[in-house]
Amino acid sequence: MNHASLAAEFVRDKERAHWHDNTLWFVRTKRDKAAQSLPEWETLRETAGGIKAHTMSHLADYLEEFERAATRLGAQVHWAADGDEHNRIVLDILQGHGARRVVKSKSMLTEECHLNPFLERHGIEVIDTDLGERIVQLAGTPPSHIVLPAIHLKKEDVGQLFHEHLGTAAGATDPKYLAEVARGHLRDKFMRADAGITGVNFAIAETGGFVVCTNEGNADLGVSLPKLHIASMGIEKLIPRAKDLGVFLRLLARSATGQPITTYSSHFHGPRAGGELHIVLVDNGRSELLASDDFRRSLHCIRCGACMNTCPVYRRSGGFSYQSTVPGPIGSILAPARDPAKYHSLPFACSLCGSCTDVCPVKIDLHHQLLTWRGAIARGGHLPLGKRVGMKLGSLVLRRPWLYELLGGLARRIVPHLPRVLVYNRWNPWGLQRELPPFPAQSFRQQYQNRHDEPRQDSSGHS
Amino acid sequence: MATVGLFIPCYVDQLYPRVAMATLELLERSGFEVVFPQAQTCCGQPMANTGCTEDARPLAERFFEIFSPYDYVVAPSGSCVAMVRHHYDEFLGDVPGFKEFKAKTFELCEFLCDVAGVTKLPVRFPYRVGLHQSCHGLRELRLGSASERVEPAFSKVRQMLLAVEGVELVTLQRADECCGFGGTFAVAEEAVSCLMGEDRIADHTQAGAQVLTANDMSCLMHLDGLIRRQKNPLRVMHVAEILAGYPL
Repeated sequence: MNHASLAAEFVRDKERAHWHDNTLWFVRTKRDKAAQSLPEWETLRETAGGIKAHTMSHLADYLEEFERAATRLGAQVHWAADGDEHNRIVLDILQGHGARRVVKSKSMLTEECHLNPFLERHGIEVIDTDLGERIVQLAGTPPSHIVLPAIHLKKEDVGQLFHEHLGTAAGATDPKYLAEVARGHLRDKFMRADAGITGVNFAIAETGGFVVCTNEGNADLGVSLPKLHIASMGIEKLIPRAKDLGVFLRLLARSATGQPITTYSSHFHGPRAGGELHIVLVDNGRSELLASDDFRRSLHCIRCGACMNTCPVYRRSGGFSYQSTVPGPIGSILAPARDPAKYHSLPFACSLCGSCTDVCPVKIDLHHQLLTWRGAIARGGHLPLGKRVGMKLGSLVLRRPWLYELLGGLARRIVPHLPRVLVYNRWNPWGLQRELPPFPAQSFRQQYQNRHDEPRQDSSGHS
Repeated sequence: MATVGLFIPCYVDQLYPRVAMATLELLERSGFEVVFPQAQTCCGQPMANTGCTEDARPLAERFFEIFSPYDYVVAPSGSCVAMVRHHYDEFLGDVPGFKEFKAKTFELCEFLCDVAGVTKLPVRFPYRVGLHQSCHGLRELRLGSASERVEPAFSKVRQMLLAVEGVELVTLQRADECCGFGGTFAVAEEAVSCLMGEDRIADHTQAGAQVLTANDMSCLMHLDGLIRRQKNPLRVMHVAEILAGYPL
């Protein structure tokens, strides 16, 4: 299914679509306030984009520097070319320790690699400990947003889920009550976990340390109780120096939720006493993006989700309409790189308004990359036939002013006299909810010609 | 006297001649010799935005040839001007004179503000007006500050509207959200496009606007289509029509 049909389905429940739109717009508004509170905001964005561009241009060197430094700190570093290799590495580590129960803090990378179902197939229980992630895990769906995984669900939906899975009172929707029950449920999982898996927000080449940002402290709890910590990170998560971190931490939470900083910014430097720390560096298509002049900048993304919150299309079509792990504007750049035939409709799920580009904390030119993708999709032969033929014909006509004026004149003369049913039917998507523009008797060029044939007079006030 | 090549978007030429005439009159009254080159058709944006860059190329090349002779190129559209200034490099980047060509191509309000130095217009428009900030003018041409960015508030379109006597600009809840037109997006993503448009209209209505205006007729064609279908009393006018003193 393409984005447009899934989006149309989402929009059919207009009240819910408006609720979704308003919920995310509220987050965008909070982000605006947080950004406006820093006069140096634009400088920060510029600096962050510059640091990322520099890092990407020296990525191989920084990755090796990180490996050396992390190893010195006592961590074990693994390299995974793709999602499958990542999953096997994680499974080997877990099996090597006889681990059966795993708690995991939020990690879009493990979603991308489909780690949970893989581990479950091998008899390992994986519990997502971020509340939003736990909710979608219980619902049996992927997250619909990268920062707010369950943003598509109302508190009534969560109440029903918790009633079914956690035994909360039927019909209970009080967020405080539901959160309290979830907390108790997760505490039990934390206590009995054999291993903790986390994602990585920023890894620092210079020190070999890394930072995980959460609001719930679930990453800390998940790796402080069990002895085994596995951290999975995409190779683009690197920054060169510890002092670069401040730039990104100031941007991340403000852009994501409008908070000045996440409640917890947990720094990990090697394993804790008596424990083991494994860091899995995952490529999974990133090197190919790095090699692309057109799309390399998409690797600068720090996964704040601001482009989703601001996107007028995402807000009104929901995360699932994108059918990719990362939805929204950034997802619409990343997904076609993975599989252009499957995701060819995503770069077109965009009105090219450019709001994502202006909101992005690392200044990725998102809407320009989406436009570039459209060209790549057309060249790759993935454009629907109607668009392909339509544009070819359009170009043929528009190269011939006489033909353009002839066809325009015919349309203006004929369309207004057609019976309504011939103009407004299911083959004319424009007219399903909209009237066609008026068809004036004369084009401007005819009026201009007449004006020049007659003596010049100012016609102000004419209609 | 400097000569302006009047660049009228194809669909404005064919469907909204009143907007084009208003632009012509405004430029003439500002002291410019204005010529409408009859060979012009379309800048090629529909093809380029659909990814059919090779179908856009010949249109870009002929556009450059047709408008090169003039001192300025002015259009009542932020979107079409953005196409020329920001997206023609792919086709004309190496052509001698193209850099200068981009620098002399302007959106109407931008031209009146920055080149003609208009501060007061001798016309009256005593209505409550809602300004829809068309995205390409705002975020590609930077005709005004965008709500996402931390920058001093300004808007050249607003400035021009306020140069008209009697205009009362209403305050919107979402100052610069997209209307959902987006070219072929309007039909390919019909459901989302129309909901976006409806939401914009509702914002202008709650703000008490009598007239909804913008500097891109494409946004207005989409919004007006919804407004007329819903029999909403809100009226739609291009900024050029208001600035030229055309009646509602």
